[in-house]
Amino acid sequence: MPASKPAPALLAPFAAIGRLVIGMFAAVGRVALFALRTIGRALLPPYYPGRFLEQLAHIGWFSLPVVGLTAIFTGAALAQQIYTAGSRFSATSTVPAVVVIGMVRELGPVLVGLMVAGRVSSAMAAEIGTMRVTEQLDALTTLRTDSYRYLMAPRLFAAVVALPLMVLAANAIGIFGGWLLAVQKLHFNSANYLTVTRQYMSVDDFKMAMVKAGVFGFFIALMGCYHGYRTSGGAAGVGNATRNAVVSAFVLILSSNFLITAMVFG
Amino acid sequence: MASAAPKILLDGVSKEFGGNVVLDGVNLAVEAGESLAIIGQSGSGKSVTLKCILGLLQPDHGSIKVDGEEVVGLHGAALDRMRAKFGMLFQGSALFDSLPIWRNVTFGLTQGRRTDVTRMKAIAEENLERVGLDRRVLNLRPSELSGGMQKRVALARAIAPRPEIIFFDEPTTGLDPIRADVINDLIVSLVEDLGVTALTITHDMASARKIAHRVAMLYEGKIVWIGPRDRLYDSGNPYVDQFVQGRAEGPIQ
Repeated sequence: MPASKPAPALLAPFAAIGRLVIGMFAAVGRVALFALRTIGRALLPPYYPGRFLEQLAHIGWFSLPVVGLTAIFTGAALAQQIYTAGSRFSATSTVPAVVVIGMVRELGPVLVGLMVAGRVSSAMAAEIGTMRVTEQLDALTTLRTDSYRYLMAPRLFAAVVALPLMVLAANAIGIFGGWLLAVQKLHFNSANYLTVTRQYMSVDDFKMAMVKAGVFGFFIALMGCYHGYRTSGGAAGVGNATRNAVVSAFVLILSSNFLITAMVFG
Repeated sequence: MASAAPKILLDGVSKEFGGNVVLDGVNLAVEAGESLAIIGQSGSGKSVTLKCILGLLQPDHGSIKVDGEEVVGLHGAALDRMRAKFGMLFQGSALFDSLPIWRNVTFGLTQGRRTDVTRMKAIAEENLERVGLDRRVLNLRPSELSGGMQKRVALARAIAPRPEIIFFDEPTTGLDPIRADVINDLIVSLVEDLGVTALTITHDMASARKIAHRVAMLYEGKIVWIGPRDRLYDSGNPYVDQFVQGRAEGPIQ
């Protein structure tokens, strides 16, 4: 194939933008193919239910303490902020309503997504990346084990199942944090606070939170597995894969959160 | 032996990475039951040769036959069936860190599923015994073993499914001379006892002479010499002479 002629200097910025855009599309294509291959292979035996449960514990159960702490402090801080702002125009009674809506619709799913991405995406990328550079992935292949079925699929499905459960827990803990601060520090009446909380607790909001959580779980595991699988270049490569997994998971969580919110309320 | 098809036959195998030619028309035949060592500098394409035969890499040109069957372009169940003939000892052992030793050893039989634990532990123990390890290591993790012990466990994993062909990728790298010799002895006895075909890539001349019936030298992507191990220091080939004597001066730059 003849080498393409270099672009004139005037066109160089456009060529650079073009390369960037093509590179981005190529990356999206690679990620999409990776996801499709993982899901496609997971549908065929052998299945690894034990690996799925193991990952469910890693992603869900062992992330609960950090998610719980994040949720309780966020719920309490939210209640305090709404109270402070609301007291300027005699709207302190909105505290329970805003806490429940804010936690369920936005803060619960997004904070859980970000915390789990930080904890799990990085761990997945580091583990699978290390397996790549130490030839463990090649060893799996020579031992006739499909790494998509054995490594990727259990992580992907476990994250999609675990995240909604964790968001449910985070929402409950966050609302509890708001209630605790409102009753103990701001001297709200406990029964009234809970009555208003129940009034503003909507099944549709919970459904949207579950959808968001499932999507976030998918992106968290996909980014961890994808960047780990494509690792090259030893310890530095594992470091890069870990960083890329976390950054890309964060970006996907925040952008998909906006898109889902815009679709539902737009 | 001469009338049967070679166990492994490479014919004009070429492979390049981004314009860098690593294999440039490699021709090689390994007979059934034979132990062949490939020597050559780092980056000469030894590991790529093994990976092409195993289907981990696809050659750009050429043919690779195992038991007379073309393996280039195989995929799915056919590739799996072909791979079942192989065992592989990786340079860094490539044991699975997250699994205990007994699950590592039996991985080729279970494909990672946790089935028939009692029988699998018995199989692991039997294969560990063959490489000089006892049941005390069964439940340990790879990180709890020394480098030499990890190599032995990797050997046990490679032989556990009783493959017809075993590849050894730098089996003695990183080991002291005594442990290296223990591994060499193990390889020789395993190849003889199990009657397997063995292909070893190594820089270690003592290892090549001990393990192999024949030795081939790979240089700039081509086999430049192949002959019996006894001729290794008397090959009359300037590339082999320079390499085995470890001289800086010579045709290899």
